[in-house]
Amino acid sequence: MPDPVLSYALPVLLLAAFPFIGGLLRGIDRKITAHMQSRIGPPVLQPFYDVIKLWGKKPFITSQFQPVLAFGYLGFSLMAAAILVFRLDLLLLLFTVATADVCLVAASFNSKSPYSHIGGMRELLSVLSYEPVMIMSIISIYFATRSFLVGGIFSLAYPLLLLLPGVFVAMGFVLIVEMKKSPFDISASMHAHQEIVRGVFTEFSGYTMAMVELGHWVKMMLILSIMAYFWAPNLLIGVGLALLLFFVSLVVDNIYPRLTWQRMLKTTWTFGFTLILANLVALFLLGGV
Amino acid sequence: MDIMNKARVKSPWVLHFNCGSCNGCDIEILAALAPRFDVERFGIINIGNPKQADVLLVTGPANRRNFRVLKNLYDQMPETKVVIVVGSCGSTGGVFYNCPNVLGGVDKVVPVDVYVPGCAARPEQIIDGFILGLQKLAEKGKKKVEGR
Ligand code: SF4
Repeated sequence: MPDPVLSYALPVLLLAAFPFIGGLLRGIDRKITAHMQSRIGPPVLQPFYDVIKLWGKKPFITSQFQPVLAFGYLGFSLMAAAILVFRLDLLLLLFTVATADVCLVAASFNSKSPYSHIGGMRELLSVLSYEPVMIMSIISIYFATRSFLVGGIFSLAYPLLLLLPGVFVAMGFVLIVEMKKSPFDISASMHAHQEIVRGVFTEFSGYTMAMVELGHWVKMMLILSIMAYFWAPNLLIGVGLALLLFFVSLVVDNIYPRLTWQRMLKTTWTFGFTLILANLVALFLLGGV
Repeated sequence: MDIMNKARVKSPWVLHFNCGSCNGCDIEILAALAPRFDVERFGIINIGNPKQADVLLVTGPANRRNFRVLKNLYDQMPETKVVIVVGSCGSTGGVFYNCPNVLGGVDKVVPVDVYVPGCAARPEQIIDGFILGLQKLAEKGKKKVEGR
């Protein structure tokens, strides 16, 4: 008989905390980025101010479908997070994340703005660049644990990282693309120094933008949590590892300019696939399976 | 609704529009965004998208060539919003006053809340103008709540 607190109450609490921790991380991200550029930077709570303000602004809705899709983005992201914290199927998680992305892209195509269209096109390309890497990672996790369930990771006696270090690094690429950080921020960016500034987010305003922003935080937290699970026996170390990669992605963001989509696909696919395949071959040869 | 107003003042996203200025004031605005003055510590971001902006920052005089663009950008910004004009030529026409192609100050086309004089305005002045603009933003936010 599983403990009800551990199997229900804790995941629900964690799920509720997801957007808050995500927002805090975004604030820390902006603060660290500012310090790297020898600026003082906004307060750590800045992302929350932004979202609350957006919520209070009068929205410009370009089509009736747009708020539904914005809500879908947030909803499916939260659903994927729920699948993770309740330790269900990793494949299901993947499909839910993909559905969230489809909502965002569909919303960006749901207007006549050419900026929004370019952003949507590029968002599709980012999905194309990280989704295969994520699928391969999850298949590798299957080979290591013989299960597609998140619970399988926890039933291992030793951390997943020792079996799949290459996959962990490949997930780093997924994180950078997912966080829309340079050099992979082709679809949208926070700062007006890029050629297409808001990209996919062009047509969102008011509460729809707030929902998309929240969804973005949840998705970032999702990837970071998967990374934390790479050290499942002691989750504190896992969280430390995830935060380390978070920091690495900020450093990468500050030292690289934006790449073209061709370079992005090449980079994520060659590095991601090579790392994962090398890892799998090593796993088979060493008889770890 | 106090939280909402606090958030509004804490996170003004800026749309910067150059309405035919000599670029002198634009350079000063960029200086305000750069590390030395770093207006992002007040949550100010140059967002470049009228639909998500709260502050319209205009440099340069209103002229016959692009006053429609200015009007359009203003109309595309959702409430609550303020307009800040930076530079003498945006405030009154300045050195371009009485030119055949120039209408005059930006206030000939859109309602202006804050004027920052100077040719070119210094970044310190621009930041002061912002603080005044944010007070107006808070007032407008309060009015909006009472009006409901
Ligand atoms: S106020 Fe002077 S410096 Fe500023 S844009 Fe006008 S002419 Fe140029």
